[in-house]
Amino acid sequence: MSENTSKVAIQARNLNIYYGSFRAVKEVNLFIESQKVTAIIGPSGCGKSTVLRSFNRMNELVPTAHSEGEVLFMGQDIYNRLVDPVELRRRVGMVFQKPNPFTKSIYENVAWGARLNGFKAGLGKPSMDDWVEYCLRKAALWDEVKDKLNQSGLSLSGGQQQRLCIARTLAVSPEVILMDEPASALDPIATLKIEELMRELAEEYTIIVVTHNMQQAARVSDFTAFFSMDQDRAGYMVEYGPTTQIFTLPQNKMTEDYITGRFG
Amino acid sequence: MNLPKKHLRQRPYFEPRLPQRNRMASIWQSVFQLSTTIGMITLALLLFTVVNQTFGLVAIDNKVDPASLAVNGLPIEELDQQTLINIIKQNVSPGKFRQLEREEPLAERTREEVYQVVVDDVVQPNEIVGTWTLVESLTMRKAILTEVEQEYPQASVSFTSWIDPQFVTSPQSSDVLEAGVRTAILGSLYIIIITIVVALPVGIGAAIYLEEYASNNWLNRLIQTNINNLAGVPSIIYGMLGLAIFVRTLGPFTSGAIFGISDTDTANGRTILSAGLTLAILVLPLLIINVQEAIRAVPNSLREGSYGLGATQWQTIWHHVLPNAMPGILTGAILSISRAIGETAPLVVIGAATYITFDPTGPFSKFTTLPIQIYQWTSRAQEEFHNIAAAAILVLLVLLLSLNAGAILLRNRYARNKNY
Repeated sequence: MSENTSKVAIQARNLNIYYGSFRAVKEVNLFIESQKVTAIIGPSGCGKSTVLRSFNRMNELVPTAHSEGEVLFMGQDIYNRLVDPVELRRRVGMVFQKPNPFTKSIYENVAWGARLNGFKAGLGKPSMDDWVEYCLRKAALWDEVKDKLNQSGLSLSGGQQQRLCIARTLAVSPEVILMDEPASALDPIATLKIEELMRELAEEYTIIVVTHNMQQAARVSDFTAFFSMDQDRAGYMVEYGPTTQIFTLPQNKMTEDYITGRFG
Repeated sequence: MNLPKKHLRQRPYFEPRLPQRNRMASIWQSVFQLSTTIGMITLALLLFTVVNQTFGLVAIDNKVDPASLAVNGLPIEELDQQTLINIIKQNVSPGKFRQLEREEPLAERTREEVYQVVVDDVVQPNEIVGTWTLVESLTMRKAILTEVEQEYPQASVSFTSWIDPQFVTSPQSSDVLEAGVRTAILGSLYIIIITIVVALPVGIGAAIYLEEYASNNWLNRLIQTNINNLAGVPSIIYGMLGLAIFVRTLGPFTSGAIFGISDTDTANGRTILSAGLTLAILVLPLLIINVQEAIRAVPNSLREGSYGLGATQWQTIWHHVLPNAMPGILTGAILSISRAIGETAPLVVIGAATYITFDPTGPFSKFTTLPIQIYQWTSRAQEEFHNIAAAAILVLLVLLLSLNAGAILLRNRYARNKNY
């Protein structure tokens, strides 16, 4: 177990999440390997996004939500009172379903988060301009926007906006990036670009992606978790393992039905 | 899919009734167009009434009939300077003539200045004997002239605009020809500045708290319900509140006494400060509701994006919520300012002066405002005061429009930066 800890980025132990008195997610146990892409798939309403959002305490923005159990990030329980969600969310970044660039310039979209978290230039460290360029390059957007950095982030196309949101997330130097159906609002070509990007980013970052699209999960992920819901509509994890195994030799009948398109 | 076969064999029967549906559609369209038209007509009538009163013929009785001063059949308007000086010499007392020469020798003045002296000191217009509206002046000019000629042989009739630079810059006066709205404009501006300075920060702050921080518990729901109800409370109630709190209880503060400013004219707290604070309270609910609406319209995805980068709640509000809500906030500010600048009743209750001739000098001065001035003038029996009331209404409209134009320009600057 102790040798595993270095490779485990996030671990959920007996995680239950409630909205008011309704239990949305029950008894989730999983560990996410670092510098891998982990996909969470499952039918609508099975709590995939809820689980994802519990990894950077984004659920707390919903007033009625609360959780039981533990989520360990780098071995530390993030629901511990000593953990500041502000710092946690810098280290566990998030990309949302709908591209949501800020109503600022392209440059500011990237620079804002860095500045917010006390970005210091100089002393052999990159300047803000260099850092913005680096992040935009990492997000495969630099060539398309380098001549119009002062234009509004909202002037870009949907796919470009989503990559801008990824660049913005990279700018605060996170360790884990949570992606909540990042390509579901995009056309196939833009989707492909985002998927390529995920593979490249996995060399440096841990990526957890929620997706409706099983082909996408099969294409980009190293590990796949399959979620479903039981009779009282609480989501739970059915099966978790390497993607190749989930898609070729599922252990559970429900997983097999889902990936072959027989339900969900 | 499991329906019995017989349901599929018979297709449902539709009765489209298209002509009736289309007729209904066009009837409703006409109803809405009619509503708009009625609104536009009302607005046009309002403006027409005001303008109709502001411009028109005025008959002023003179001590000396200008026609009697004509030389060789030329009326005084066409005489040259030397002839005018002679007329002055013949018609005023020697002492008065010497005084005029001492001020500035008449020969060295321009012809227009000399003509003005003739009008002021020889003709001496002194009493308005009749005023006519714009429409009357245009359509029955002849009849009016004949009528005046018969009744007041000395009188001169001229087309007058009651709103002119002199009207805007003169203080209040009991003489309708001298009276102006300077005091009232300054009073209104002072009060509106105090209202803005107090109401904007408090209103925006309260709206931010209620939208972004307050949890959904019974206390906050109670506060919210109260704010919504307060927006509909008649303004005179706020006047009584202002009278009780700002004028009576906080009298030493609002009259400036505790700051050592003991002006005997600032009658016990009935000051600009009291009026500004009362109007600030009056517009607060309206402002809060509008700002809340604007904040609620900022998409939640923007907040999430900000939190997701490790922003605190305040950073999220300051950098994303407020800039994106700014156009809506300014719209709320415009509505509130418009409401406050036109309020009369609460100011009457807290004791606005109806007749002051000196300019307000600061927050501790007595005051009057444009609506109060208008109200006071319209309640006078003399026709000519109704004319200057109409002129004051035009001034109020212009003042209101220019304040709003400023806010609208600001709003458009913000709105250009966002495009969802």
